[in-house]
Amino acid sequence: MANAVVMDSSKQKKFRSQKGAERTSLILTYVVLGILAVIWIIPILWIVLSAFRGYSTGGNVSSDYFPKSFGISNFINLFTGTWLGVDYYFLRWFLNTLIVAVIDCIVSTLLVLSVAYCMSKLRFKMRKAFMNITMILGLFPGFMSMIAIYYLLKAIGLSGQTDENAWLNLVGLVLAYSAGAGLGFQVAKGFFDVIPTSLVESAKLDGCTNVKIFLKIILPLSKPIIIYTALMSFTGPWMDFIFAKVIIGVGNPQMWTVSVGLYSMMYGNQYDPSMFTTFAAGCVIVAIPIVGLFMALQKYYVEGVTAGAVKG
Amino acid sequence: MADLVVNERQNEGNIFKRFGRGFVRFFTKSIPHFFTKSLPGFFVNLYRRIKNFFIDFGKRFKDGSIGTKLSHFIMGSGSIYHGQYIKGFIFFAIQVLFILYMVLCPAIIGPNGVKVPTGWKSLANLALQGHESQFIPASTGGAWTPEGTFIPASNSFLMLLLGLVTIAIIILYIIVWLSNIKSSYAADTAIKEGRKPSTFVEDLKALLDERFHILMLTPTCLAALVFTLLPTILMICLAFTTYNDLDMQSAHTVLFHWNGFTNFASIFSLGKATSLGIEISARFFPVLGWTFIWAIFATFTCYFGGILLAVLINKKGLKFKKVFRTIFILTIAIPQFISLLTMRNLLMSNGPINSMLMNLHWIKEPIGFLGQKSTDNPYLAKVMVIIINMWLGIPYTMLMTSGILMNIPADLYEAARVDGTSRPKMFFKITLPYVIFITTPYLISSFIGNINSFNTIFLLTGGGPTVTSADGVNYVAGQTDLLVTWLYKLTIDQGDYNTGAVIGIFTFIITATITLITYRRSKAYNEEDTFQ
Repeated sequence: MANAVVMDSSKQKKFRSQKGAERTSLILTYVVLGILAVIWIIPILWIVLSAFRGYSTGGNVSSDYFPKSFGISNFINLFTGTWLGVDYYFLRWFLNTLIVAVIDCIVSTLLVLSVAYCMSKLRFKMRKAFMNITMILGLFPGFMSMIAIYYLLKAIGLSGQTDENAWLNLVGLVLAYSAGAGLGFQVAKGFFDVIPTSLVESAKLDGCTNVKIFLKIILPLSKPIIIYTALMSFTGPWMDFIFAKVIIGVGNPQMWTVSVGLYSMMYGNQYDPSMFTTFAAGCVIVAIPIVGLFMALQKYYVEGVTAGAVKG
Repeated sequence: MADLVVNERQNEGNIFKRFGRGFVRFFTKSIPHFFTKSLPGFFVNLYRRIKNFFIDFGKRFKDGSIGTKLSHFIMGSGSIYHGQYIKGFIFFAIQVLFILYMVLCPAIIGPNGVKVPTGWKSLANLALQGHESQFIPASTGGAWTPEGTFIPASNSFLMLLLGLVTIAIIILYIIVWLSNIKSSYAADTAIKEGRKPSTFVEDLKALLDERFHILMLTPTCLAALVFTLLPTILMICLAFTTYNDLDMQSAHTVLFHWNGFTNFASIFSLGKATSLGIEISARFFPVLGWTFIWAIFATFTCYFGGILLAVLINKKGLKFKKVFRTIFILTIAIPQFISLLTMRNLLMSNGPINSMLMNLHWIKEPIGFLGQKSTDNPYLAKVMVIIINMWLGIPYTMLMTSGILMNIPADLYEAARVDGTSRPKMFFKITLPYVIFITTPYLISSFIGNINSFNTIFLLTGGGPTVTSADGVNYVAGQTDLLVTWLYKLTIDQGDYNTGAVIGIFTFIITATITLITYRRSKAYNEEDTFQ
């Protein structure tokens, strides 16, 4: 009996000391996470601060982290100013990107979902072959075929156009973004794989056709992956600058997407160091909707990323 | 059950030992398996398929009705024989169009007014026997006259492109031709079995049911054929040609020829030393080496950093989890060209970081963190891109592993706590093995992704600091250039399409080898699960 009491108290002591250790480790965690959070936010905060810097100090990169004066002149400059003798087309760029992104989003999502469903739930000849070929094609660096795609689009008149036909380049860009989208079906396939096949089979026994099963049974269950795929394809055109630059062409600033426009301010032939704060203002305007979308759809994004990670 | 497997695996030794063991197993088991089992199996399978194809083909011709026999030669005749007029007409129209295309060879007018034929002539043009531009004077009196005819040089690029397009058209035609025979034979069988051959409406309905996959896959197949497969094959072909701007007389001439493996040989400093050949032989192995170092560091720093961050954020009793997560996710959500260009400006010689360090009198001269000048320290630039890449990549792994961490059975930790295991030990013995076990496929794909990681390098350093040869020429490939950024510079900036393609093919070989080696391993994992 006495023995048991002694053990109990020693256990309690251990428990208490454990609790103390837990507290210190928790505090330590806060400190580490706090430091990391600050490191993570410094560059992001800096670009926002630069965007709101008063223009009186010039547009160059400033040696001060915190600006001495604030204002919205950079934003005004972005929409109304001129750069290297040309008017800004920022609003145009924004609308171009929006149109390209919306069309790409719709087309890519349809293609990805249909291919992923076929690969996951239907069995047919050439299925394995199709998957292997897709895997092999995916291993070639994307830039390798970029120049060939450019010439291909040029041959059919959807790239290399200038002046009033320049909008055709945007059509070409949509094609370049969405045409190969169906080959990126792996994540969505992983998601469909988890939906029990028995569901499909029992529906088939009830006389459901394949198209009905897809539209009435599978799609309603696939909200997360639909949103994930749409999110990925919608944000793509906002982030890519290389494909867009090659296909739209440097000579058509009216038809640029935001990424090409902003990138050209800070890089390449038109690089102009005094454009930095204007660039920052553009970044803020572009980043706000994209970050907002990500935050709102975070749940689905995480789901897609995790499915992709486990399935490979 | 799967958890138990994990549990058992943990006891086999620490992760490093298991990694080492896995590494050895690649070479002792996976590679021999590939050469002794997978590869021969593939060819045996291929042989069987080809044999069956011809057996079926012969059978259809022998057993088929007169309509089926005829449809081997005149497409759609079988369908019309069976009363399927719409289908028959479509098949026939395709055949007519195909023959017209092949015989008439409608020419495409390229830049500079060069006419490049299609059809059978484009197949002949695949030999790339183009000619230089010619000027034929009107009179042959000896004196130069401005009158005459100017024949522009052949456009070899269009010749190659149209040749490949024609091959694709022929393959598509053969597929349609076969399906025309099969469709007629299916109608034969239906009649034999006392059914009626399918009507056109029934055929369309079948697309929604038993042939649903054809409806669903055709758009992707056609789009991928034109915009992925064709460009890839075209670029592979370019690797075996003389197509680079250095050899071009003028910007508007696209005349090149096949030159076999010459471009590949220049990597190993074999063959004629052109100025490009010197660049390739001098820079290929350094760039390759750095690509590997980069991929290894970029993958593992982000991977383990992400797991650690996930463990910290998901700690029991921690408040503001959502706030922390949101802050870290910012780097994923913000487009990379924004975050990377921001970083680049932040670290510029007159940027805030350098100014701050100088104001603190820690340094006298601004540090060239990102190798903008050729005198900057290349090692510093390399370390900086890896660190900045962590800033971008860690949140991604954190997001992914958070979900996995929550699925680790709590009783594993409970049992460990009863045994008095310390926290770090728990992390190394339970958390890490569990996460690694589940995310191995991700680790592989992220390694391959890092080999092809363009944005980070291109936007941060642009490949700098530059490397200068002994005779003072700047190489295209700088100290921090990866194979993929080098490929970009060679093709887009320099117009050296053939060398760019060679590097692309090498990148493919590397990524394909890694995938092949690890593919079997991950498959083995899957099989293990089904056995349990």
